[in-house]
Amino acid sequence: MLLLVEQLLNGLQYGAMLFMLASGLTLIFGIMGVINLTHGAFYMIGAYSAAFAVLGTGSFLVGALSALVGAGLYAVLVELAVIQWLYRRDHLYQVLATLGLILFTNEAVSILFGRKPPLMDIPPFLRGSVGLLPGLDYPVIRLAFIAIGALVAIGLWGLVNHTRLGMLIRAGADDREMVDALGVDIRRLYTLVFGLGGVLCGLAGVMAAPLLAIEIGMGERVLITTFVVIVIGGVGSIRGALVGALLVGMVDSLGRAYLPQALQLLLPASVADTLGAGLVSASIYVLMALVLLVRPLGLLPARA
Amino acid sequence: MGAFAASAVWSCQAWADDPTIGFITTLSTPAGYIGEDIRDGFQLAITEEGGKLGGVAVKLVIEDDALKPANAKQAVDRMIQSGVKLFTGVNFSNVLAAVLPGVLESGGTYVSVNAGPSTFAGEKCNAGYFVASFQNDAFHETAGLAANDLGYKKMVLLAPNYQAGRDALEGFKRTYKGEIAGEIYTKLDQTDFSVELARVRSMTPDAIYQFHPGGAGINFAKQYANAGLAKTIPMLIPSFSMDARMVSATGDASEGIYASAIWTTETGNPASRAFVAAFKRAYARMPTMYAQQAYDTARLVGSALQAVGGDLTKRDEFRKALRAAEFTSVRGKFAFGPNQHPIQDYYLTRFEKNGSGEIVQTIVRKIASDYGDVYSASCKMN
Repeated sequence: MLLLVEQLLNGLQYGAMLFMLASGLTLIFGIMGVINLTHGAFYMIGAYSAAFAVLGTGSFLVGALSALVGAGLYAVLVELAVIQWLYRRDHLYQVLATLGLILFTNEAVSILFGRKPPLMDIPPFLRGSVGLLPGLDYPVIRLAFIAIGALVAIGLWGLVNHTRLGMLIRAGADDREMVDALGVDIRRLYTLVFGLGGVLCGLAGVMAAPLLAIEIGMGERVLITTFVVIVIGGVGSIRGALVGALLVGMVDSLGRAYLPQALQLLLPASVADTLGAGLVSASIYVLMALVLLVRPLGLLPARA
Repeated sequence: MGAFAASAVWSCQAWADDPTIGFITTLSTPAGYIGEDIRDGFQLAITEEGGKLGGVAVKLVIEDDALKPANAKQAVDRMIQSGVKLFTGVNFSNVLAAVLPGVLESGGTYVSVNAGPSTFAGEKCNAGYFVASFQNDAFHETAGLAANDLGYKKMVLLAPNYQAGRDALEGFKRTYKGEIAGEIYTKLDQTDFSVELARVRSMTPDAIYQFHPGGAGINFAKQYANAGLAKTIPMLIPSFSMDARMVSATGDASEGIYASAIWTTETGNPASRAFVAAFKRAYARMPTMYAQQAYDTARLVGSALQAVGGDLTKRDEFRKALRAAEFTSVRGKFAFGPNQHPIQDYYLTRFEKNGSGEIVQTIVRKIASDYGDVYSASCKMN
């Protein structure tokens, strides 16, 4: 029972991390119609900025700020230098350009910072575990991850539903020509959304950096899962990204925790092991296929 | 007379082209640092001899495969076209599988600096294929012996769900005598292991054995320590799951981990001490085991080049000289088994802080002497 609670928390934490990445990606994809493969690179830039700022200053707060600023600025730079010219082009051009940007970013980072992965320690106030229930200790940093994820969700909900910027974002998702025709500088809005996506990636980057290895190409590992999240949730919808992220987080965690044992009850051990390992790897894609079968536009699409 | 003979060989060499060594390794991608160490270790042996190996001036042609088998195959085919007869350098087993058949068909010789996959160790062994590092399984088998030796009665095994991961656990189980409480396969691209760590805790084993190379290994060690498991459940690994650069990326999380190894910077023989000092002088960093393997490979190749006076057209004599392995290995003892894979000693090592507070891989004790591999029995060399 305690194990189940712990695994649920693990799922929640993974979901929080996916949500930070997916919310930006879904806005960019949904509103601007751009397939941005560079999104994972923003996450890596965030982690690298944080690690080197902490190495230089010793302060986690400075590290966190550098991550947000670094990833945000890089996103804006990418938008202004490359993406801007591709809005009217086919998705294939965008895929090619942003794939090129991944290679460029990875190579640039390895030239600037070397291939040796930097180390970022867990800051003292997030170290160790707390007892949540008798017999259940959970690492503080993972709890902080969940809390930050919840704050981001609330913050984005406020931004999208209760500010002028949010109104424009929603309007842009529904009918970009009309927004443009009404005299809103859609170019600037796009740059802003791109920057916001970058900042959210930076936040995920600084949270992940002490927990995971900071390495070149770390963004590509999560990028595909992030796309799965937004496809499940419905492209362009923040609520969808939240639901998708939690669903994927839970399915992945609980699948990894219980699927192999469950299969062992039904099948001989040797078959169950290979089948279980394979199914665990595929579980989120199976989930995606099932969701798309029932709701082809995702669970909570922006344009229903 | 001896001096005369040597100079005659030398003048002969001046006529013919210097023997070329085709060196394909992974220099870009995140794994590029391993390729760098392989290249630098090999180069160090050449530099120490003033551009020669075994007294023969050699030309080293280096190509980056970017961890793509197709790239490596193209590079090698080009080199074969231009008459290269001797190849080495490949880091990864999957790249080796793409390169090796072409080299052998062209009548060339390949000496492996790192990868030693089971595929080419048994029935498919070949007179032109030498492995100067280790047979992949042997690391895991000796880790199993180490676990018996450490008295672990109940263990949980973890590896990523792909060929090398499954092979790793098979190898370990071949020699481990205790109870296996669970085998957990992780996803190949997994970065967070919280779920698996919770399962490990619930199974309360004496120790775990885990094989996660590269970034995944760093993540695993960091999270294992952060979850407080490192204090209660010891971790055993094959030593390539935690090289010098991974140690620096994990902070103190690697402290206390046990590993099976053929060599570490703390290996005590004079050749090893001289190598570590020379490597540090040349590149201002500590060598990894990959650098050591490459250095040994270069010295082995040198011994064979010397035997044929640098004439690679004497193919069979060159291979015979390689098989004799008459060189001073930095590891200590070294010989080839019938499948031309190493027979060597394996050690139990532990990651500990040394006097100056750096984490190094201290040798605890020898766990296997003159250890070969299980595939040599099915090798019928022709």
